[in-house]
Amino acid sequence: MDKFTTLTGIAAPMPLVNIDTDMIIPKQFLKTIHRSGLGKNLFDEMRFNPDGSEIADFVLNQPAYRDSQIIVAGDNFGCGSSREHAPWALLDFGIRCVISTSFADIFYNNCFKNGILPIVMPKEVVDVLMEDAGKGANARVTVDLENQTVTTSDGQSFAFEVDPFRKHCLLNGLDDIGLTMEKAPVIASYETQMAQSRPWV
Amino acid sequence: MTGNTNAGAPRTLYDKIFDAHVVDRQEDGTCILYIDRHLVHEVTSPQAFEGLRMAGRKVHSPERTIAVPDHNVPTTADRVNGIENPEGRIQVAELDKNAREFGLNYYPMSDVRQGIVHIVGPEQGWTLPGMTVVCGDSHTATHGAFGALAHGIGTSEVEHVLATQTLIQKKSKNMKVEITGKLRPGVTAKDITLAVIGKTGTAGGTGYVIEYCGEAIRDLSMEGRMTVCNMAIEGGARAGLIAPDEKTYEYCMGRPHAPKGAAWEAAVNWWKTLFTDEGAHWDKVITIRGEDIAPVVTWGTSPEDVVAITDKVPAPEDFEGGKVEAARRSLDYMGLKPGTPLNEVKIDAVFIGSCTNGRIEDLRAAAGILKGKHLADGVRGMVVPGSGLVRLQAEEEGLDKIFTDAGFEWRLAGCSMCLGMNPDQLAPGERCAATSNRNFEGRMGRGGRTHLMSPVMAAAAGIAGHLTDVREVIAETV
Repeated sequence: MDKFTTLTGIAAPMPLVNIDTDMIIPKQFLKTIHRSGLGKNLFDEMRFNPDGSEIADFVLNQPAYRDSQIIVAGDNFGCGSSREHAPWALLDFGIRCVISTSFADIFYNNCFKNGILPIVMPKEVVDVLMEDAGKGANARVTVDLENQTVTTSDGQSFAFEVDPFRKHCLLNGLDDIGLTMEKAPVIASYETQMAQSRPWV
Repeated sequence: MTGNTNAGAPRTLYDKIFDAHVVDRQEDGTCILYIDRHLVHEVTSPQAFEGLRMAGRKVHSPERTIAVPDHNVPTTADRVNGIENPEGRIQVAELDKNAREFGLNYYPMSDVRQGIVHIVGPEQGWTLPGMTVVCGDSHTATHGAFGALAHGIGTSEVEHVLATQTLIQKKSKNMKVEITGKLRPGVTAKDITLAVIGKTGTAGGTGYVIEYCGEAIRDLSMEGRMTVCNMAIEGGARAGLIAPDEKTYEYCMGRPHAPKGAAWEAAVNWWKTLFTDEGAHWDKVITIRGEDIAPVVTWGTSPEDVVAITDKVPAPEDFEGGKVEAARRSLDYMGLKPGTPLNEVKIDAVFIGSCTNGRIEDLRAAAGILKGKHLADGVRGMVVPGSGLVRLQAEEEGLDKIFTDAGFEWRLAGCSMCLGMNPDQLAPGERCAATSNRNFEGRMGRGGRTHLMSPVMAAAAGIAGHLTDVREVIAETV
């Protein structure tokens, strides 16, 4: 997993609420057995006509936003299925950070496992960031994970909260399976005790 | 008080199950949680097995890991010849290879016990009260019906569980959803769960584990309880739970992987401690009177877009904030005009099945409405049993005959149209009365329009050719 420290990039505004994982990556692209290569199908049915041509007014098809690295989204981004193909597609497209008032639980977890930083901000702040994102390619937003701040193109800075353990893993690009495997003796001792207390499991 | 449990303090059912599975707890509340059952299907697992191989890791507990293909599997009889779609075929072949190589409990496509993972798990007795159950699938919440802590995980977490039999977790908050009193005739578990989402919204449960309780929940069968918990995720909750009781024990007893003899006695003794203590702390409480729940349908493209069948299609202006634009987009996608009575909305298709409503009681209920009747002209119908065993049971009871006489196709087990990863899909603009769980844009096929409802409502809509109040159909037959 790539580290996430600071990021300065174009933010795409997507004010629609309840953007679900079927919108982020429709089911027909879940047949892959690989993690990579999904970026071309990100937001497929919002981004492309059935004949494959681009839908011109979709934000990521507009010249100013084609190289976006950040999405500022409406409430409850990533609701729906557990498919990790959603963050894989975002990452493959080049999105490293999503900012919203709220995220669906499984999607939120999945982001951290893939070096994407999901940031929860109050509505007033998301409104400011949405407006700033509307300025297009001239407006670059800076996300600083170490200091937990988001700074707009005109220098307004907002603090955000992030779980310390997740922050640590993201800053250092840590694989949490490796971390858990270091606890193998504790897991083994739990299993020994469980064989007594819940032998039917 | 979440995250930290004082010894002796009253606890919720969720607190008790969580505490019993903590392997390690860091100061900030991050826990390593032991996983009792790991269910695996073909779509969200190949990258996890690939990760294991690349790191030279093994599956920690193959005996606690259960694999079954369901999402890609065709539901037509010709599937014995293999899957036509090359990518779907590769995904199922990968699961087959991984299950055999790592020695998992496995139900291949050709096995009569194959079916939707959330139907197979309980049916085979893998799911038991007080367990932690995970799967790379959001509808894992289904297993909460047994008083198990069950939730969906991403593929990275699938790999984590495969490698360590644990998951890194922080405690969620506790929400109580109480459904008091009795349900009225024609109102089902599906109406309960949709009514709750209609009330809380799809993000209302975010950060919570829900415990469903109250007389109307107690009165439900195990299968009805599975329907309720299945859709906890559509309300944004991490999991939904129902405390186990005699009905739960009775359902589990004698199933292939349920404990037997002395182990059964010991298990039941522990299960009897799995209830929320008097005075336990709730972070949020929702109460709905069972009598107030009507048969409901969805009108839009979010499971929170719930209205009673006696209502009208709402207007965007009926909402606030970002939902105004979302409602406008939904109405456009669904091809509906505000103010149209729901029972005038014509349908093209009926889908009965899915992990929400693909169990034997669902099929019996739908067949009860359809007996001696026929689908309206121009309406196509498909019944997809949740597992091969559900299908066999239905055939023993003659339900297949009722469905086929009514003009329905009688299919083999799988996820089918619920997410259209297989050949079963809606055509663009086609409108479907569906017993599944998601009405998202494109979910059942690009441009397809989904109205969620109960099996009896879907059956009634099929006969009428438009959405309709099942209570009127029941009144006619009485």
